Amino acid sequence: MRCLANLLVPAIMALSGGLVTLAQTPPYNVGRPATDQEIRAWDIAIGPEGEELPPGSGTSKEGAKIYAQRCASCHGPTAAEGKFIHGPLLGGRETLTTLYPLKTLGSYWPFATGIWDYIRRGMPPGGEGSLTTDEVYHLTAFLLYRNGIIKETDVLNEKNLPKIQMPNRNGFVPAKPEWKPGEKRPHGLYP
Amino acid sequence: MDAKQPGRRRFLKSGAALAGLAVSGIRPAAGQTPGASPDVVHKERAAYGQPSRFEAASRIPAGPNPGSRTPLQDVVGIIAANGLHFVQSSYSGDNIDPRKHRLLIHGMVHRPLIFSLEDLKRLPSVSRIHFVECTGNTSPVTPSLTTIRGGIGDGTGKGSEWIDELHQSVQQTHGKMGCAWYTGVLLSVLLREAGVKPEAGWLLLEGAEPGHLSRSIPLAKGMDDVLVAYGQNGEAIRPEQGYPFRTVVPGFEGNINIKWLRRVKVIDQPHMVKEEINNYTSLRLDGKARWFQLEMPVKSVITFPSSGQRLPGPGFYNITGLAWSGRGAIRKVEVSVDSGRTWKDAQLEDPVVRMAWTRFHFPWTWNGEATRVLSRSTDEQGDVQPTLAEFSKVWGVNLEYWRKTTNFVNHFNVIQPWKINGDGSVQNAMLG
Ligand code: HEC
Repeated sequence: MRCLANLLVPAIMALSGGLVTLAQTPPYNVGRPATDQEIRAWDIAIGPEGEELPPGSGTSKEGAKIYAQRCASCHGPTAAEGKFIHGPLLGGRETLTTLYPLKTLGSYWPFATGIWDYIRRGMPPGGEGSLTTDEVYHLTAFLLYRNGIIKETDVLNEKNLPKIQMPNRNGFVPAKPEWKPGEKRPHGLYP
Repeated sequence: MDAKQPGRRRFLKSGAALAGLAVSGIRPAAGQTPGASPDVVHKERAAYGQPSRFEAASRIPAGPNPGSRTPLQDVVGIIAANGLHFVQSSYSGDNIDPRKHRLLIHGMVHRPLIFSLEDLKRLPSVSRIHFVECTGNTSPVTPSLTTIRGGIGDGTGKGSEWIDELHQSVQQTHGKMGCAWYTGVLLSVLLREAGVKPEAGWLLLEGAEPGHLSRSIPLAKGMDDVLVAYGQNGEAIRPEQGYPFRTVVPGFEGNINIKWLRRVKVIDQPHMVKEEINNYTSLRLDGKARWFQLEMPVKSVITFPSSGQRLPGPGFYNITGLAWSGRGAIRKVEVSVDSGRTWKDAQLEDPVVRMAWTRFHFPWTWNGEATRVLSRSTDEQGDVQPTLAEFSKVWGVNLEYWRKTTNFVNHFNVIQPWKINGDGSVQNAMLG
């Protein structure tokens, strides 16, 4: 990624008349400075390296209890029931090359950090953002355990969550996302 | 910044914030009568004009998912009216008060900044015509279908949602897109105010709605043509389209055009949010998936005559339709009136705008015999819209694949054939 970022620097310079301008003079001086507190309140996104994860921890045992109360009504008692548009929250390994691929956290998602991020920002619908930091760790631990990715006794925290090797981590091409403006690609951008 | 708490009490509470703005020399909200509560403003909505009672054009629901489709058969020119423009989101946007809504720009910048709608309106503005198309528009397989097929791998799939259906209208097949004249500030202007650091490479865009939909885009795109738009077709953006402001990311997947924009974080690598590692990746037959396809491919469709319409009899007809590409301007549209055997250039109507709908016309005298009409577009990159057979060949599948699979295929840009029957009725003929 770093090399991609570097490649983009000349483009930024060309577009903006140079980095010196970027660093020093705001052209219009409109907008007000954001405080650290304001940034902290909104900065919820967790990248794949997980550096933004807040300190906390969770276990699948605790997660199972929260899951039964707050998630099972839609995702089913065992998380294997596929009621919603992306189906169940587990299973699907060995299906990706078939006519009926089943994309789940276990069979498809390449980063465990994405699970944590999505549960915190998006679940449960109607109560988005209502789970505490530890509750999100508990639920993530529960879903990873149910997918056979961690052990039932493992304690998940901000340090070990980003290191979890997801089964489909190498299932994406290219290995790291890349984008070149105007690059020539085949129909439907395949294969 | 709680967007959920509506009403007058909240307005009074925000008085302090408004006073703060006044101190820093910012005008009070434009068009806002001092002392009038928001409710009074809303009651005057009756003065807003309506279409003729003889006009039936309206959006239709987009399947079981929240959202709606544009009546392309009723759209004239290259603009979808605000009341007809498709919607694909589960949030209505009704509760976002523009006086409290803020945009934060932070991350790898020299000066993290907060902008109000008033701030944005002080800055130099641009107005640009762009299409926004749902990534899965026209896909024969939709996520909801995965559920309908009960399909989750059990092989009990029934036919695909529309590909086999003779009576699907162009609104149903292609309606998850719109094109509008957006007014706002270039995101590059805001990024320059904040001062982007050299190590930055990507941007994270995030909405204010519950769930805070986010997507990562390359910084180079953000410095190029991305708009933070507060206007659409000559008026304020509608609530369901992202009021008070949204991003328009020209040519990129619809889902990336974040509405109710509240945050732009400048980052060095993409954030890998759920939409980037699941919904908007594309799974190939070898089990590997592509991510960050970003640009929508070249595409076109005939809107007259199209499925569900009827030609009253032989004679002259102006065949017309829309062409667009996420990778630039439309250079050429060809039309075939003999089921794809021969092709002739259609006329492109001005203006032909990059990453916008282009209207095409083709004069035709129908002899009354059954035939198929098709359109094929080429963009400035030289990309040509494929037939279903060509698209399938690239994929390495036969046509049966599209009938059976539950693999959700985005970026589906194949040529749409419409069948004209001897009695003048028109049908979907995607599969013959
Ligand atoms: C009201 C029903 C409902 C409840 C309750 C609910 N979910 Fe969901 N969940 C959904 C829907 C619908 C989706 C698909 C959303 C989408 O893709 O836009 C989803 C998606 C997910 C996903 C992503 C799955 C994938 O493969 O894309 C995860 C993870 C998840 N939910 C976890 C949870 C957890 C943990 C809870 C309990 C805190 C929970 N959900 C409660 C409805 C619900």
